Amino acid sequence: MSKKSPILSALAGFVFVASAAGSPAAAQSTLDAVKKRGHVICGASQGTVGFGAPDGNGYWRGLDVETCRAVAVAVFGDKEKVAFVPLSGQQRIPALQTGEIDLLPRTLTWTLRRDANGINFSVPNYYEFTGFMVPRELGATKVEDMAGASVCVQTGSTTEVVVNDVSTKHNLGLKPVIFDNVAATRQAFFSGRCDALITDAAALASVRATQASNPDDYVIFPATQYMDALTPAVRHGDDQWFDIVKWSIQALLAAEMYGITQANVDEMLTSSDPRVRRFLGVEPGNGAALGLDETFAYNVVKQLGNYAEIYDRNLGEGSPLKIDRGPNRLFRDGGLMFPLDFQ
Amino acid sequence: MLTSLWYSERARSWLMQALLLAAVIALFSWLAANTVANLAARGIRVGYDFLWRPARFPISESVIAYSPADTFFWAFAVGIANTLFISVLAIALSTAFGLVVGLARRSRNPLAAGVTGAYITAVRNTPLIVQLLFWYALTTTALPAPRNAWNPIDGVFVSLRGVFLPQLSLTGDVGNFSGLGVAIIIAAAAALVLGRRAGLRLRTSHVVAAALVALTVAALACGIDISATRPELRGFNFAGGFRVSTEFTALIVGFVVYTSAFIGEIVRGGIDAVGKGQWEAGRALGLSERQTLGKVVIPQALRIIIPPLTTQYLSTVKNTTLALAVGYPELGLIVGTVINQTGQAIESIVIMLAVFLSISLAVSLFMNWYNRKVALVQR
Repeated sequence: MSKKSPILSALAGFVFVASAAGSPAAAQSTLDAVKKRGHVICGASQGTVGFGAPDGNGYWRGLDVETCRAVAVAVFGDKEKVAFVPLSGQQRIPALQTGEIDLLPRTLTWTLRRDANGINFSVPNYYEFTGFMVPRELGATKVEDMAGASVCVQTGSTTEVVVNDVSTKHNLGLKPVIFDNVAATRQAFFSGRCDALITDAAALASVRATQASNPDDYVIFPATQYMDALTPAVRHGDDQWFDIVKWSIQALLAAEMYGITQANVDEMLTSSDPRVRRFLGVEPGNGAALGLDETFAYNVVKQLGNYAEIYDRNLGEGSPLKIDRGPNRLFRDGGLMFPLDFQ
Repeated sequence: MLTSLWYSERARSWLMQALLLAAVIALFSWLAANTVANLAARGIRVGYDFLWRPARFPISESVIAYSPADTFFWAFAVGIANTLFISVLAIALSTAFGLVVGLARRSRNPLAAGVTGAYITAVRNTPLIVQLLFWYALTTTALPAPRNAWNPIDGVFVSLRGVFLPQLSLTGDVGNFSGLGVAIIIAAAAALVLGRRAGLRLRTSHVVAAALVALTVAALACGIDISATRPELRGFNFAGGFRVSTEFTALIVGFVVYTSAFIGEIVRGGIDAVGKGQWEAGRALGLSERQTLGKVVIPQALRIIIPPLTTQYLSTVKNTTLALAVGYPELGLIVGTVINQTGQAIESIVIMLAVFLSISLAVSLFMNWYNRKVALVQR
């Protein structure tokens, strides 16, 4: 044999392995793949306390993290059967499209073009406006005060476009300084390179509470009057998985509406309200329809609590951020959260 | 017949190469087909139609005019222009500074040799990205806020936001003057090149002087007046004047410091490789040390320096993609933003690969041409 043969055979081997790996993946449903693997893989932020960040012991906490855990509970009955992949704003959508993650609950704004281009949005888990954070000493309190300001922006989000929209609308001549990663963006803001930091208002509150030397030195105000719906997304092409994610998140909202909490969920099993009985799986049917255990909603509430409890410990009064629930209240309390009918 | 073909070294190697080529082509066409099929299965659009839609995202600074109302195509063009700009500037400054470093390193002055030695050791053995972040952190922590900006010379302000300089602008019949100016410069260059070729003894200084006189006359005829707009603090930032951003400054300093260390070593290696006899021959002819260096040693050292220098230039061009870490909008940052805004990842990456391949090949071609020019001519 000549000297070239090892290269040839390696190449042939590669082609064989690649074609073997390429074809059957599409045939398997996401639910089957997740069950076979034994855990749900979620995209997570690179560290936004309140939404998704590991705590001092490396345990992931946050609203988005618990949303992912809710899906794991629905599938496995175990909130620990999850793995988190920290992703930058730019990596997150390709990671979902290529199948690296099963679910993307990562402060992702629901927009038309994202929706139309390869991903499906499930149920908003947080409503919010884009905000500016500005040092108090600069004296700016509303968008109109921001003329000529330098604004630190992290790329990979809808924020860049918002900066331009706001600047054009109010003729502010904002000077964006755009970074690729979160840490550099925040460092540049706190060093004074920029007058303002722009992103989701809750993320700003998180940055202020965790990274400012004195949180009272900074003010946050809305950059637009438009509300964004931050929504966990799945990839196109698997309707069953899409449904499971939707109804796992819905279970958190419905439990709050029905007054079911982590503490009283066992008592509620004996409730006479037919809606509650259907919700908790006492009257079967919902679980089978989704291809899940009949008690999936019961399990979610038992292990994580309802939306109000999750909000409180991650973003609300039970957290360092203490963000008012505002639009994230249920519709009956004047908010935008709207649980659907579990039947 | 077949066996004799098999035993022919030539036929066998042809066959092997043909098979290998076929396998490579098959692999790539399979990859392409598979990619397109998978994208379609996931509902992702493929194609370059998006290039003609408005980009809508801002770019913090650019060497060519850009507004978010421009197309994605133009956003790519801005990224390419920024990448080329920092590449050319970094290469030019590093070459000049690297030459000095290389000469200082082999100087007989122990201080110069020691300092450059320490500098080269420190810089070559730490990652470029860390150095860039270091320079950026240094500028953003050491410099004052705009309200307390340093004002070293009248009209010049140095702050966190960058260096603001007075901007010169021309008033009067600028259109005609720039046309005339370009014509005069072309005429002067043509006179030098063609005149020399025709055997005329033209002195460069005379031609330049004549061109300057012609330019002055043209300026007077067009009523040109030079005025300066000075930067002034208005609200949050300086307005007016010419701005060199903090990101750009940190970036260029970082690149030049890093690349000069490598170029310094290439220069030193090239000079050391020229035989000692050449120095002695220069001295024997009565040339001074400097003349020996400039007229005897460096021309020979260039033959050794050019090939590794080409590699260094190529690395520098590719290193510019690290600029996104310090917030400078080179092509990589813009490609990332475009991918996020459009979801067209493969198309955008293909554009980036094509651009870097073109730039690198252009640099290689130029350096190869120059290498042939300085190479030893075999007679």
